Amino acid sequence: MLEFDDIQHILLTRTPALTGRYEFLSFRTAEAGRAWLQRMLDKVRSASAAGDAMAADQRWITIAFTFNGLRRLGVDEASLASFPEEFRQGMVARAQIIGDTGENHPDKWVDGTNNPDLHAIAILFARDAEGARRSTTEHAQFLSTCPDVQVLSSLDLEATPPFEYAHDHFGYRDRLSQPAIEGSGIAPTPGSPGPLKAGEFILGYPDEFNAKPDIPQPEALSRNGSFMAYRRMEEHVGRFRDFLQQQGNTPEEQELVAAKLMGRWRSGAPLTLAPLKDDPELGADPKRHNDFQYKEKDPVGYAVPLGSHIRRMNPRDTAPNMNRRSMIRRGATYGPYLPEGTQDDGKERGIAAFVICASLIRQYEFAQNVWVNDRNFHELENERDPFIGAHDGTMDFKIPKRPVRRKITGLPSFTTVRGGAYFFLPGIRALHWLASQGK
Amino acid sequence: MSADKKKPWSQPSAMAIPKGGYFPDKVEQGRYGPVFPKTPACYGFNIMAKIIPGREPVFYQYAKTIEAAVAATPDCLAILKLHYLRWIMFPIGGDTYFMYQGIFDTDFDKYTEDAVSLFGATGIDTVFENLEGFPTDWKTNAAAFVKFVREHQVPSFLEYGEYPFVSSEEIKKALRVKDSLSTMLDQMQ
Repeated sequence: MLEFDDIQHILLTRTPALTGRYEFLSFRTAEAGRAWLQRMLDKVRSASAAGDAMAADQRWITIAFTFNGLRRLGVDEASLASFPEEFRQGMVARAQIIGDTGENHPDKWVDGTNNPDLHAIAILFARDAEGARRSTTEHAQFLSTCPDVQVLSSLDLEATPPFEYAHDHFGYRDRLSQPAIEGSGIAPTPGSPGPLKAGEFILGYPDEFNAKPDIPQPEALSRNGSFMAYRRMEEHVGRFRDFLQQQGNTPEEQELVAAKLMGRWRSGAPLTLAPLKDDPELGADPKRHNDFQYKEKDPVGYAVPLGSHIRRMNPRDTAPNMNRRSMIRRGATYGPYLPEGTQDDGKERGIAAFVICASLIRQYEFAQNVWVNDRNFHELENERDPFIGAHDGTMDFKIPKRPVRRKITGLPSFTTVRGGAYFFLPGIRALHWLASQGK
Repeated sequence: MSADKKKPWSQPSAMAIPKGGYFPDKVEQGRYGPVFPKTPACYGFNIMAKIIPGREPVFYQYAKTIEAAVAATPDCLAILKLHYLRWIMFPIGGDTYFMYQGIFDTDFDKYTEDAVSLFGATGIDTVFENLEGFPTDWKTNAAAFVKFVREHQVPSFLEYGEYPFVSSEEIKKALRVKDSLSTMLDQMQ
């Protein structure tokens, strides 16, 4: 039985937030950190509380800590040592492993998340701009009374039009596949994995391999918690649109290249089910848009190229142990919308997202290291994920086609990592436990 | 075919490997530690460990288990992208040691968790559990499993490939082409 009243809502609930703000915090002293946390406690909703109040709530708050943050709050060394190695090292130290090299290197990050003094994040999601403004103002007022809590940076979130459905700045529909968790009451959509054992995402429960996986100690701190990888990824919209124009003579040809890179049309319709022409109705239909496999119907990638984003990030029935590689994604877009046909204004815009899982090394880092950045994944020889792989202009992208495949060489980088961190997302009781350390 | 001369696979090649198993100026970091370099003989490992005295019979029984497992499910080890595996027992002094040698197309680090899950599923765990120092909690503690493997890995100092850097997928592809060609020629008789 999942302890819904102890699990932070972000793990199990997708709130109808269109906007919000992330605040990256540093505590000069343990007391300052604990005092800040104490005051925030009643604002953090559990999954059950958020569910009960979903219709009325305008704003949702999530709190998580880095390894250095847990140490700053006074968690003892024995407990700290029981956390997994990759979390203790932090995302910056894992840069080479997850592909943060070249332009993506942590030395170039812009938001202070590469600072070892990053201790906590407050995620302030809001239904609308008014809610976001209120959260921002109230938190700023509160922080003005906490001189020893420093804001390293913050990021304002902004959905991009049209607002009827979630999509990124490139225009691709988002939030199409989400794992269902056993006992959460949410059934998987057709074609989605699961329901998967809760221990794949939440600490203290059986996972797909073990009845009782090891978790950090004490349980008062770790139970109902999870790990969270944060990524701030700039999307180079102008560069992407220019690229598409060079790749096709007609808008239809260009749109097909865009679809081949993703494996789906921008409407969300998968190429397996709509190989030649977009089908926006299919793209919008959660009962159908995820209901496909590759092994029998598309082994060579004539519909969805082997190197496309969705086939790398979810190889479905063409990779083993998929039930151990699932991740929960949350997040939002940020930065101003760039209307089609407009010159790129050079302003930063992109996705600021969280990947939530029980094991960063087995789930998140595996995906980054193998699916995203292994040049030879699926024997592709010189490819990386066309959107989020580490690119320096030397990679290819192959589109299987009869009679002769098409090979795009010198793929530009459409995204750049601008910030990132590993966080521990404690349960509600653990937040209280942390706030009371040292007493 | 003179064009073949330029293809890496057509030119046999040997690689001398520094002491320790890595080229110091180009060590690639994997999730569980540094990755041993790819050589003309692809990726590989040589794991050596002492067998708990008296347990040798388990190893012979185990050989039959693996033989049967692969016969029943021919692709049960496919995810490891293997070329060859060799299991060897040899004496040092009065003790028996075990060597597990594998040649792969991908560095072992990438598919560590898949290997751990295969371990139990195919029965490979039965021999490892009879090695001195193998962590009893390997099922719940991937890190301990990886530590044992790394501590008992003995890197090569020289590797040779008659057809360097060719993956087993490529070899199977070439054989399929050869077979279809041969079938076609037969049908044209």
